[in-house]
Amino acid sequence: MRCFRFWPALAVISLAACTTAFPQAPNYGNLGRTPSKEEIQAWNQAIGPQGKELPPGSGTAKQGQEIFANKCAACHGPAGEGSQLAPRLVGGRGALNIPTPSRTLANYWPFATTIWDYINRAMPPKQEGSLSASDIYALTAFILYRNDIIPEGQVIDATSLPKVKMPNRDGFIPQRLEDIHDLRARGCGAGHCP
Amino acid sequence: MSSKRSLRRQFLKNGAALAGFAAGAISSPAGKLFAADAPSADLHAYGQRSHFENDVRIGSLAMWPIVPGARRDYGFRSPLQDSMGIITPAPLHFIISHGHEPPDIDPREHRLMIHGMVDRPLIFTLDEIKRLPAVSRLHFLECHGNSAAAGPTGEPRKALAATVQDTHGLTSCSVWTGVPLALLLGQVGVQKGANWIVAEGSETGKHSKSIPLEKALDDCLVVYGQNGEALRPEQGYPLRLLVPGWQGINNVKWLRRIYVVDQPYMAMMESTKYPSARLDGKSRWFESEMGPKSVITRPSGGQQLGARGFYEITGLAWSGGGAVRRVEVSADGGRTWKDAQLQQPIAPKAHTRFGLAWTWNGEEAVLESRCTDDQGHVQPTLAGLNKFWGIDADYYRLPPATADMGNFNAIQPWRVSRDGSVSNALL
Repeated sequence: MRCFRFWPALAVISLAACTTAFPQAPNYGNLGRTPSKEEIQAWNQAIGPQGKELPPGSGTAKQGQEIFANKCAACHGPAGEGSQLAPRLVGGRGALNIPTPSRTLANYWPFATTIWDYINRAMPPKQEGSLSASDIYALTAFILYRNDIIPEGQVIDATSLPKVKMPNRDGFIPQRLEDIHDLRARGCGAGHCP
Repeated sequence: MSSKRSLRRQFLKNGAALAGFAAGAISSPAGKLFAADAPSADLHAYGQRSHFENDVRIGSLAMWPIVPGARRDYGFRSPLQDSMGIITPAPLHFIISHGHEPPDIDPREHRLMIHGMVDRPLIFTLDEIKRLPAVSRLHFLECHGNSAAAGPTGEPRKALAATVQDTHGLTSCSVWTGVPLALLLGQVGVQKGANWIVAEGSETGKHSKSIPLEKALDDCLVVYGQNGEALRPEQGYPLRLLVPGWQGINNVKWLRRIYVVDQPYMAMMESTKYPSARLDGKSRWFESEMGPKSVITRPSGGQQLGARGFYEITGLAWSGGGAVRRVEVSADGGRTWKDAQLQQPIAPKAHTRFGLAWTWNGEEAVLESRCTDDQGHVQPTLAGLNKFWGIDADYYRLPPATADMGNFNAIQPWRVSRDGSVSNALL
């Protein structure tokens, strides 16, 4: 557009050249460097609902039980019932349509991938990053099994985890992920959504 | 670290509330108690406030482990009762870090990686980010739980003795300096099909938050400066994300990574902690934008009027939807309203200071303020908000729940009694 203003007579013939001579984003030279594939992989810990970034490895509830006892039970309780130190992870599947609902992993969390992602980035406190990918798959399987969301023998891995449907997956407005971004279309205004 | 300190603060606060009577002026609940810490540093090298000034943030960081009886990390609240103008001093800016201590980051070692659905993933040093064209903008930051009257922080917020620090202390406003995120995204080249970013911090727990790409390209900033100096560690030193007008949870501190993706990533906080409850059991998630809101900071809860006569009613107004266009003030509990004067500067998505001359005749008065933003949105009454949510006042008397109604922006009433004491009249 700037080209037209500067050189209207040459507009037609210079249009193609302008896109390279005057790129939309200014060129700030060589600021920033290109990360290697390994660097990206090492940093890329975010796991979305599709589970595209989930690493290799796998685990079952049985394997998870032992890891849970060693790494998690001290705060989350021997049976995942929670304590003063950390929230309940097993049970508490009460109703949500009451004035004071209790939100638990079993009755509230919409995506099983979030369990893997959160253990991976944040657990156990002060030992973040100490669990292997398979440890985390096993812990996730243990928590899901104890909440009656998967059968005991199910192997949890990069393929099976994103397919686990959590009980409250449909409990959010708007339900479709592609509808979330547009606040106005959702009818949100003045800080509130329907 | 802080259970002892917060108990001490609570003690100071309570003591000050009792001791804070003075004639002919408004005295603050934080009082002006003598601070035990004598100035020790060279004030010519790096200044400190006078030792007569001792307002502090109030809160607790008791998460790991929770000290029995201590409040969990529901935020360190900013002392709005003594705020002047619209800027919050960085050392008094509210803090919520979900129990995580600020990491001690060497700025020379810090890196920001931008990758994902981009043409050229890049890693920036802090120096490189500082070489890019900078902008400075006034913006408020507010926690989505600020002033929530239900939920885990409901009790202290509803108390008759609540101060404006208790009720509204999870909002603050600064001049932020940094680089538009759109500029950085322009450098990496966002690919077709990308719709969201995931921002990630460097603290233990690596908080991550999904933000729509439209917002990222609109007015988000990657900031390293706050009120003319480097960010404080508890505010994200050396680099944080600023998402103007949106719930505080979006403003990722200690920013180390921007991951460009196709859909929201449903991190723990955004998918399990921050959705607002509906009575039918469904939840509203990603409400994001903070609504029009205001609160009178003087006179406010816990303060004490002296003799009858002239007082200026003053406070703060803000909206995540844009600039504050109008603030009205009522001294009779919302029956009649007068336009307050708005002080310059009035910036979009920033605190705006308002004031109205008022003569107290010695009778009981209920002071309220009401904000209208430049989108035409008006701050609701509590009854209006309750109607929208389908609840009544009894809802707020239920035991604390784990779920709450976020983005609470109802009009805040302060009752001035005949003895000049000011108390919280929300319920």
